[in-house]
Amino acid sequence: MPEMNTATLPDMVFAVLFFFMVTTTMRTETVMVRLNLPTASEVVKLERKSLITYINIGPPMDYRLGTGTQMQLNDRFADIADIQDYITQERASLSEADQPFMTVSIKADEETRMSYISDVKQALRQAYALRISYSARRSQ
Amino acid sequence: MARKRKKRKVMPLNGAALADISFLFLIFFLLTATMDVDSGLPRQLPRPVQEDVSMEIERRNMFVVMVNRYDQIQVTNMHVGEIYENTDEIFGTSTKASLKDKVKEFVLNESNLGTLPALEEQDFGDPIGVQLTTGNTRVISLQNDATTSYRAYMVVQNELVRAFNELRQDASRRFFNTNYDELTTAQREQIDRFLPQRISEAEPRDFSGGR
Repeated sequence: MPEMNTATLPDMVFAVLFFFMVTTTMRTETVMVRLNLPTASEVVKLERKSLITYINIGPPMDYRLGTGTQMQLNDRFADIADIQDYITQERASLSEADQPFMTVSIKADEETRMSYISDVKQALRQAYALRISYSARRSQ
Repeated sequence: MARKRKKRKVMPLNGAALADISFLFLIFFLLTATMDVDSGLPRQLPRPVQEDVSMEIERRNMFVVMVNRYDQIQVTNMHVGEIYENTDEIFGTSTKASLKDKVKEFVLNESNLGTLPALEEQDFGDPIGVQLTTGNTRVISLQNDATTSYRAYMVVQNELVRAFNELRQDASRRFFNTNYDELTTAQREQIDRFLPQRISEAEPRDFSGGR
């Protein structure tokens, strides 16, 4: 039996590889807070990653910064008061057609006190970012 | 260097391993790309209001779930009250019915009790037709203290969503004879209109002074 010519196989695989490399948007943002997400069974997957804005809440990774709850927006720690600007900025980066579908994913450590979460929620309401998602791990 | 170069034929490179290497890369990217899928419980926040608008809601239409600083959960409505000592008990114990079942009982009010939300007739279109529903009257209110842990809050939040998901699944079985997941978007909207998920997340009240 004549041997099959596999010389083009690497080319094909490379083509697929490049496709994946281009289409996957690797998040370069490093998480600066410890996130031990709560578990929930009724979670739904968030589609269209480009529409999602993340807010990370938890104790800082760096122990020198203490154990108090901190919030990370983009690549820096921020206050509740910064949320409005952050949302405005993130919304502006979306196309006009996508703006109503912007979703804010609240990724909060499960030990966070609700007063902090509530403050964040109130700030989001003021910024008219009304579609939110409480990020959680799937259980069961 | 006057050695005479002998014309040699270039050995063909063995490309068999190249495919393996690129496959390895491919698998690496495939795995890393799908790893960071974010999932969560979606919620719609109410619009900001300038001044406090108070709403008169009949007591029978209210279902209040309160989570306190010790992660104890208190359920009150006109029909039945319950205190769950911790987040494990809301799944039901030998003496206490689960939170999910209480929510379902509240939402459906199957035996038209005066202590459960008022039923109204509403047309939902074929094949659901005219049904008695509590959709426009009932309010489920989730309240928490300033120092309630996010974990407990999410457990309760999840149970409320689960109650509605199961009710919708039942309705879907009953009217469309299939699972809720397999419905078309229009059918799903019909079911959602029949069983709207009205959960109000109250502004937090500071019962314990934030300690």
